[in-house]
Amino acid sequence: MRHHSAVGALTGLGMLLLVAGVATGAAQESHIGNLTGHAASGQKLYKRFCIGCHGPDGDGNGENAQWIDPKPRDFTAALFKCRSTPTGTLPTDQDLFNAMSRGFVTTNMPIWEPLAAQNRADLVAYVKTFSPRFTTEKAGVSITIPPEPAISIDGILRGRQTFQKMECWKCHGPAGHGDGPSASTLTDSKDNPIRPYNFAAGTTRFMCGANNQDIYRDFMTGLDGSPMPSFADQLQPAEAWDLVHFLRTLQPLDTPEARIWRQWVATHGKDLKPIGPDNGQ
Amino acid sequence: MVERFFGGGSRATACRIGLVVAMIGAGAPGPVAAAVRGTGSGVVTARGTSATLTAYATAYAASRTNAKAIPAFARKYGLACSACHTAWPELNAFGQAFRDRGYQLGNERDSPIWQNASYFPVTARITPQWHRESANQQTVDVVPGDTTSGTTQRTLTMSGFGLSGMDLWMAGTLFKNISFVLLPSSDENAQWHFEAAFVRFDNLANSGWVNFKFGKFELDNLISEKRFLFLSGNGGSYLSYHFAPPGETSNDFGIGDNQIGAELSGHSDNSYTRYGLALLSSTDGNPDLAEGQSYDADLTLSQAWDAGKLGVQRLGAFAYLGQRPTYYQTSGGAPIAGTGTGAKGFYRVGLAGDFFLGNSLEFLPFVMHAHDNAFLGSNTPSNVALPAGAQAPEWNGAFLESHYYINPQLVLLGRYEAIRMSQQANAGMPSSLGNQDALSFGTRWYPIMFSRAGLAWDGEWSIVKTNTGGAPMWSNSVLIALDFDF
Repeated sequence: MRHHSAVGALTGLGMLLLVAGVATGAAQESHIGNLTGHAASGQKLYKRFCIGCHGPDGDGNGENAQWIDPKPRDFTAALFKCRSTPTGTLPTDQDLFNAMSRGFVTTNMPIWEPLAAQNRADLVAYVKTFSPRFTTEKAGVSITIPPEPAISIDGILRGRQTFQKMECWKCHGPAGHGDGPSASTLTDSKDNPIRPYNFAAGTTRFMCGANNQDIYRDFMTGLDGSPMPSFADQLQPAEAWDLVHFLRTLQPLDTPEARIWRQWVATHGKDLKPIGPDNGQ
Repeated sequence: MVERFFGGGSRATACRIGLVVAMIGAGAPGPVAAAVRGTGSGVVTARGTSATLTAYATAYAASRTNAKAIPAFARKYGLACSACHTAWPELNAFGQAFRDRGYQLGNERDSPIWQNASYFPVTARITPQWHRESANQQTVDVVPGDTTSGTTQRTLTMSGFGLSGMDLWMAGTLFKNISFVLLPSSDENAQWHFEAAFVRFDNLANSGWVNFKFGKFELDNLISEKRFLFLSGNGGSYLSYHFAPPGETSNDFGIGDNQIGAELSGHSDNSYTRYGLALLSSTDGNPDLAEGQSYDADLTLSQAWDAGKLGVQRLGAFAYLGQRPTYYQTSGGAPIAGTGTGAKGFYRVGLAGDFFLGNSLEFLPFVMHAHDNAFLGSNTPSNVALPAGAQAPEWNGAFLESHYYINPQLVLLGRYEAIRMSQQANAGMPSSLGNQDALSFGTRWYPIMFSRAGLAWDGEWSIVKTNTGGAPMWSNSVLIALDFDF
């Protein structure tokens, strides 16, 4: 009996170690397409490229962090803005790879695309070692983005109503200038002040990409760690696409949406109710 | 020939001085003694021992004054030196893309308005050092001080503490998509010149493929001599970038020298594909109108590719087509600067690469073929007949440089370079006259690596062998230096 107990205990311990080993091993790697990134290689690259901002412990307290606004990401919290996965879940390796390659507009995070893809995959593997969540949880499942409907003035107007109804304007401002009544009160998950995106800045890039699918993904997954929530439970896909098309009209760019919008406003603009508290909806 | 003005890079000057010293000391025949491009007539034509010694003693000091590593950028963006440099000042793929974008990260925070108003984009760099220089076959008086005692050839060696020249780098953005460089550079005695000064309009038409630069700048050399890791008198320049065939003094061009003119350039988003097309005054970067009214052209193309675990590899080609005046209007027999005419052509074409074996081992191969017109090669005005036997000098240059990165803060260096004449400027010259071989080894250790300053401990040994037509002349350098910028 005692022998069986000892065997059982050893077996259990072995299984535990095996599971832990598998989980740890998984966290030490990343998988992006055909690439497998290795944390050991990534560690050297992290020291070369990342440590100054994100810090030796990955907590966003690098020696330059005090001078940087917005602050570098704290990898130990495993909260990532740009994901394809639902809010609250871990990003996929591809999400991290994409974010690193793309950089973050209006921040100090550069575009690391010139680095070899293998280097970026190695870095992803190493970044994941900073949080135990990557050893105990799986990444979320990427959301499905339905095909984009044709752009129409009706869709843009519906998107405008959604912008009003979802109170996007409270942060982003009635005209999308990032100057809504709540804008000055916003903080991120580490209580650092954070500014809403200014659609009127004239940049072609958003925080998590540049095309309409990227915008759709932003508000259906939310930007974790920031005040930008997920609207996946509030918006149907069609409504989300309408909102995407409306948001495009807020940019001072010659987008298809903006052309349709300008043409319509030229003849119907006087009938528009202003966005904001006086909208009456 | 007309007096030439100091206009090239100080590194190039050092190279020339060193080689001139070597040639002079070797007691080479007249044409050989003037085999190296001159930036000043005094240097090129000096024959006296005192001139030799003076030039020799200063050869190193001026050799490293214009390399490019700019903590001003690191301070602006909060990135360590190692983000942009394999080992500063050499750029990595990310640094190349940053440079190509006009010193911009492309994150909509590049315009100076986003910086603290007290930020000033300036960097100073200088290199205190101890160095030892030695060369054999130096011509000296048999009895020191007695000019009647005749001359003999001895090995001269000198050593001691010294300084390099100094760079005062100012570079950055004037506005989003308008970048600039202003680089006053001095020799070790604070004789200043403008090594670079340009404005660049970046991403014209919102495209990285169209950028326009105007002013004085480095040619778009895939292997930059301004950003390489060797510092010593004999190793601190690429022979191929400054070599001139034996006997020729009428062409001051060096592909490693900064040139003055305008450049159209472009690149893909990640800078893996790059091109540059420059129109340049035929003055080797001299900002004065000191020569003629002709122009040179430089074309560079390169393509990089991601080779998986091996890293980013790059291969490029270049072609420089130039011309130089062969005679001038004169006044009282003296040439009038800027009136050069009767220009004759020359070209440099070649391939260069930057190859990695993983993140630790880097190879920089380079091959070049060079050709100068016979009038240039024989220093003959084109309004008179060529001397008997004169022909267009041609030569080939090649080197292979390797870097082994033990970690981002420690790198081992090695380089072998060879110059081979394929056709002398005069058929009567020995075919191997002027051939050179150079070997350099070194190490650079960066005890600090962050975003505010740089410090490198540099140790180097370099040796150059020159064919003088008789016994070869050897010169070598030993260097221990502290290379710092902030």
